[in-house]
Amino acid sequence: MEISQSKQDVIQKTKQYKKRSQILEVWRRLKRNKAALIGLAIVILLFLMVIFADVLYDYKGVVIKQNIPNRLQHPSLAHPFGTDELGRDMLARIIHGGRMSLSISLVSVAFSLLIGGSLGAITGYFGGRIDMVIMRIMDIFLAIPPTLLAITIVAALGPSTINLVIALAVSSVPTFSRIVRGSVLMVRDVEFIEAAKAIGATNRTIIIEHILPNSFAPVLVQTTLSVAVMILTTAGLSFLGLGVQVPTPEWGFMLSSGRTYIRDHSYLTLFPGLAIMATILSLNLLGDGLRDALDPRLK
Amino acid sequence: MWKFIFKRVFALIPVIIGVTLIVFFIMSLSPGDPAKMILGDEASPEAVQLLRQEMGLDDPLLIQYSRYMYNAIQGDMGLSYKSKKPVTEEIWARFPNTIKLTLTAMTLAVIISLPLGIIAAVRQNSFFDGFSMLLALFGVSMPPFWFGLLLILFFSLKLGWFPSSGSESLKSIVLPSVALGFLHMASIARTTRSSMLEVIRQDYIRTARSKGLSYSSVIRKHALKNALIPTITVVGLQVGVLLGGAVIVETVFAWPGVGRLMVQSIMGRDIPMVMGCIILFATGFTIVNLIVDLLYGFIDPRIRSMYT
Repeated sequence: MEISQSKQDVIQKTKQYKKRSQILEVWRRLKRNKAALIGLAIVILLFLMVIFADVLYDYKGVVIKQNIPNRLQHPSLAHPFGTDELGRDMLARIIHGGRMSLSISLVSVAFSLLIGGSLGAITGYFGGRIDMVIMRIMDIFLAIPPTLLAITIVAALGPSTINLVIALAVSSVPTFSRIVRGSVLMVRDVEFIEAAKAIGATNRTIIIEHILPNSFAPVLVQTTLSVAVMILTTAGLSFLGLGVQVPTPEWGFMLSSGRTYIRDHSYLTLFPGLAIMATILSLNLLGDGLRDALDPRLK
Repeated sequence: MWKFIFKRVFALIPVIIGVTLIVFFIMSLSPGDPAKMILGDEASPEAVQLLRQEMGLDDPLLIQYSRYMYNAIQGDMGLSYKSKKPVTEEIWARFPNTIKLTLTAMTLAVIISLPLGIIAAVRQNSFFDGFSMLLALFGVSMPPFWFGLLLILFFSLKLGWFPSSGSESLKSIVLPSVALGFLHMASIARTTRSSMLEVIRQDYIRTARSKGLSYSSVIRKHALKNALIPTITVVGLQVGVLLGGAVIVETVFAWPGVGRLMVQSIMGRDIPMVMGCIILFATGFTIVNLIVDLLYGFIDPRIRSMYT
């Protein structure tokens, strides 16, 4: 009994070291890529800003409270990014707007990853008729441009934050299901899966424990890039008035309301746009860097 | 070749049916009774019920869909709730504007990005390479509507070179097409660069060079054609993004195209109009993809031979 116990320990430890060293290896490669590190730094900063948004600026007292005598002030020490047409501090609104944009895209990505990923895993693993039917449906979804699909869904359900999340999530389900399916197909017939089957592992165990970890790399890269695309789409739809509604701060929405004052108060359109661009840029840098670090063959 | 074209065109039919079916199904989820919308709030329940029957709104969805498509193929997509005019008429009035805008934007993007990508690949790691890839990175990250607003701010409000909205003069297409094209320029340049980099490392390029051919003729005659396939894929895919972008850019520049019509109709809950616009965009995108597929066949005999 004791021997088998220590054997267990050894197995456990090798497993641990193996896992850790793989992550370390990726990190080592990522570290050499300066652009990716800059991206990572901005992303971390952004997350910190968004998490501590309430500490920085009070939502009810500053972000959505109208202060008409204070309206349309140019950037100053008191209001580094100026104030908008209702006298609200732009910096505060941009920070809280980031919280909105980021949470909308993260939640949407999580949903489409869950649905798309499961669809991809099931169709890839079992193949046959299920695979045929689901993938044909996905192909048809892919034939509709994602922004257009999102607009269609919002147009049908009506503009609101929740409908926006549904629209974004649905429009990238096909992408995720294809990626997961692709990586499942790559390992489905490999020996270690056969071995797992031979020792009597159930389909569920095989898929979750042995197959899905292989799609980690492409899924992580796609997730990073998808968050960027979703922030862009969120801003675009809100800019059109099809997304987040007043008085919630959101970057695209702020851009469209600042538009009226573009001639004399260009900072109202400048700063929200810069925020969107910095976010997308850093996510793209990080995503590209991750792709290179996770799969050196692709370089 | 004809067999290849025929097969590809034939494969388009189920895709278009699928796409329109999805759009029809999603739009049918929209709350509100179309009959009530047409008659107004004061209409009696009997009148509403009568119109519902007349419009076939109580039929199963698939039957409604078949009827809609049957009429749509003959050019009848119903009447707009707002203007009471035929949807097709209103869309066709604006369609040329959207085509003009997207074509100009795409041409602009291709003309600038192809040489950019090729030169960046040929002079890999040079200053030019770094600069053009940085430009491309900004292009991918820049929201088109924001870029459009910046263009308006500088070139129209500050400098007064171009009008900020409308489509009256030839000058007015400049800013919207630059705003729309910049984004696509970026991804086309990036793809061209990476596929070119891959191709110029191939053996047959070395062979061509060792035969004594000049570098530029090897690039032009041997490398470019092979490197273009991924680029064409991206250009085709970009058309979808372009159409989505056109919706936004048309709104920014008050460009009288289908995209702007669609946004206005969504706001006015003009369902038949929204449906018409979306179906036009979606089928347009599928047809562009078909053209891209056919182009592959022309460029790459290997792909053509798979179908014969």
